[in-house]
Amino acid sequence: MPGKVKYFYELTVASSPHIHSPSRTWKIMGNVLLALLPALVWAVIVFGFRALTVAAVSVAGCVFFEWAFRKIRKQDCTVGDLSAAVTGLLLALTCPVTIPYWIILVGDFFAIVVVKQLFGGIGKNFVNPALAARAFLFSWPVDMTTWAAPWTKPGIISAADAVTSATPLNSLHTGQLPAESLLDLFLGKTAGSMGEISALLLLIGGLYLVIRRIISLRIPLAFLGTVAILTFLFPQGNDRLPWMGYQLLSGGLMLGAWFMATDYVTSPVTGWGKILFGIGCGAITVFIRYFGAYAEGVSYAILVMNLCVVLLDRVGRPKRFGVEKKEGGK
Amino acid sequence: MTASFFGGIHPRDQKALARDHAITPFPPPAQVVIPMVQHIGAACTPLVAKGDHVDIGQPVGDGQGLCAPVHASVSGTVKAVEARPHPNGTTVLSVVIENDFQNTLWREIQPRRTLNGLSREALVDIIRQAGIVGMGGAAFPTHVKLTSAMGKVDTLIINAAECEPYITADERLIVEHPRRVLRGAVVLMQILDLPMVTVAMEDNKPNAANALLEVMADYPSVCLKLLKTRYPQGAEKQLIQTITGRQVPPGGLPAQVGCAVFNAATCAAVGDAVWDGMPLVQRVVTVSGDIAMEPRNLLVPLGTSFSDMVDAAGFRQNPYKVLSGGPMMGLAQFDLSAPVIKGVNAVTILGDKNRYFAKTPHCIRCGRCIQVCPMHLMPLKLYSAERRNDLAALAEFHVTDCIECGCCAYTCPGCLPLVHSIRTGKQKVKS
Repeated sequence: MPGKVKYFYELTVASSPHIHSPSRTWKIMGNVLLALLPALVWAVIVFGFRALTVAAVSVAGCVFFEWAFRKIRKQDCTVGDLSAAVTGLLLALTCPVTIPYWIILVGDFFAIVVVKQLFGGIGKNFVNPALAARAFLFSWPVDMTTWAAPWTKPGIISAADAVTSATPLNSLHTGQLPAESLLDLFLGKTAGSMGEISALLLLIGGLYLVIRRIISLRIPLAFLGTVAILTFLFPQGNDRLPWMGYQLLSGGLMLGAWFMATDYVTSPVTGWGKILFGIGCGAITVFIRYFGAYAEGVSYAILVMNLCVVLLDRVGRPKRFGVEKKEGGK
Repeated sequence: MTASFFGGIHPRDQKALARDHAITPFPPPAQVVIPMVQHIGAACTPLVAKGDHVDIGQPVGDGQGLCAPVHASVSGTVKAVEARPHPNGTTVLSVVIENDFQNTLWREIQPRRTLNGLSREALVDIIRQAGIVGMGGAAFPTHVKLTSAMGKVDTLIINAAECEPYITADERLIVEHPRRVLRGAVVLMQILDLPMVTVAMEDNKPNAANALLEVMADYPSVCLKLLKTRYPQGAEKQLIQTITGRQVPPGGLPAQVGCAVFNAATCAAVGDAVWDGMPLVQRVVTVSGDIAMEPRNLLVPLGTSFSDMVDAAGFRQNPYKVLSGGPMMGLAQFDLSAPVIKGVNAVTILGDKNRYFAKTPHCIRCGRCIQVCPMHLMPLKLYSAERRNDLAALAEFHVTDCIECGCCAYTCPGCLPLVHSIRTGKQKVKS
């Protein structure tokens, strides 16, 4: 016997559509965490368990600050969307494994409270929280540029006695090709920030995100392509191809191009905007690497381009349906 | 090679629920409610008064201009002429008819043996008198569409895309009565003085396509085009873009790009009106939904209440929403005494599982709404402009171009009420 509708007021009235796709923010962020997992595992293999504890402290710090800030402000708890966890993991992966825990917690605080929540929380920040925090942490320049040598496993409690080494990027900065082979850089057998050393594993993670349709290829390809072209054209007196190869595989370029520049909130939403954004990131990266006092340019390049997103989206705005002429904003 | 429209989504089509249920006539209800507004445009004025006797097919309301007459769908006595609940959520002046179950046809309904000697204008007038409107949901008066398209169009498209999930009314109509649809299509072709008519159908309806192909030998001017299944393929502007590559300009009509599009059910109604003399008094309605116990395709007298429809299918658990139409664009009903009108192609009963909501709706700027918008809009910009009450930005980002297909809101991982906000934005811009 079919039921009868007796109480019309039990029906819900809302605007269409009445069905929703299964896509949710926490699933997207969860996939980003998953895509970063290979790089994290590799960091543990190369730098020992301190890599894991640094990452865990950073994730916990970000989640805590997000929870606490919203609690104090009496706002809904948003840690369930996992975006704070992504920020925490990304920040840890951009730092040396020897970084003191308290410094990374300062970074977490800066990323979550100052960059993200003070501007209104998820989706409202205009620069990438992890990168802004990384830039902020250069208030402790020595701690941020002390690189543990691979396979040395610094202590979990204190990393003060770690064996240090130069990174390939340091020699590139002086205009020399590094001593390590390109294959070592590709696989990640070098010194460097925790999560940036293995280009291969970052590539796998990035392609996973592309296949899951979480990111598009536009930003990473435009970014890496611009760096490739510029370093090929201006090899600083070295052989063109090896120079280009070392530039592409060293430093935070892979991590930045696949995971930082593709951050939804701080990158353009339009197709052409994304391409221009990637090109800008690439050009500024090379510029800083060539002419800057500091060896690495990826994070600052992305931060600068974050500020141009509004303009780029104006340029990339889709063509109006049914109108011949393209109109680009105001 | 056909062109294609931009964006779109692939929701689960759920058509298997009702697809194999043959169209069954719904037992005429004891009472029908015929609203004076069943179309876009001016309301009709009642032609009958309380106590009058009416026959099936007798006009009970008519008006001037952008208007189509309405007819009695049962024979009986006019019980009241008063405001009654309408599926659009308001109350509308309606003629309430008590069924005498005699099923007497109105005296002026006469079948025609031939259409020879009927001018194009005469055919359009027959369609007007039959009260035919677009039966895909928009309910634009068909005679007005024809008049404005005459002499201007080179492409006639019959819309059998039926891209909304759950709905199978047009599909069943074509499977069971392909000739009724095609004879109407041929009449429309003659009125528009075109040599050819294209039936456009999504490729998820092989049975309907085969039914058409079987009879197509008798209709040499009809061609069938199968389209990739993608919502909103059946939206008029997107269908025109797919078939012809042309884009209807903002605020414009299909005739401006030389196209005329008619829904498959509308075609059948045109055929019935012209050949059988039968006005639009009944239609096929899919009653389905994820909690519908017995999904069906019913041939329903117009004016039958939604609650009768819902009861006919039954439900497994308390309905969360009852929709007039499909889940992407349908209107949520709160008073099920509202009647089925000409544009209602489905009654969809949704269960609690469809309740989706985010405690904190948020935009993470993923850009999915832009990627799926078939109108090339930036829904996230419209949303924030509406929230800021920024009328200039709403206009600058062309809020009025939105066809409210729901792709953006469907796909949003932050569960933003994008369509709701855009609708509000349209109102704000208008006032």
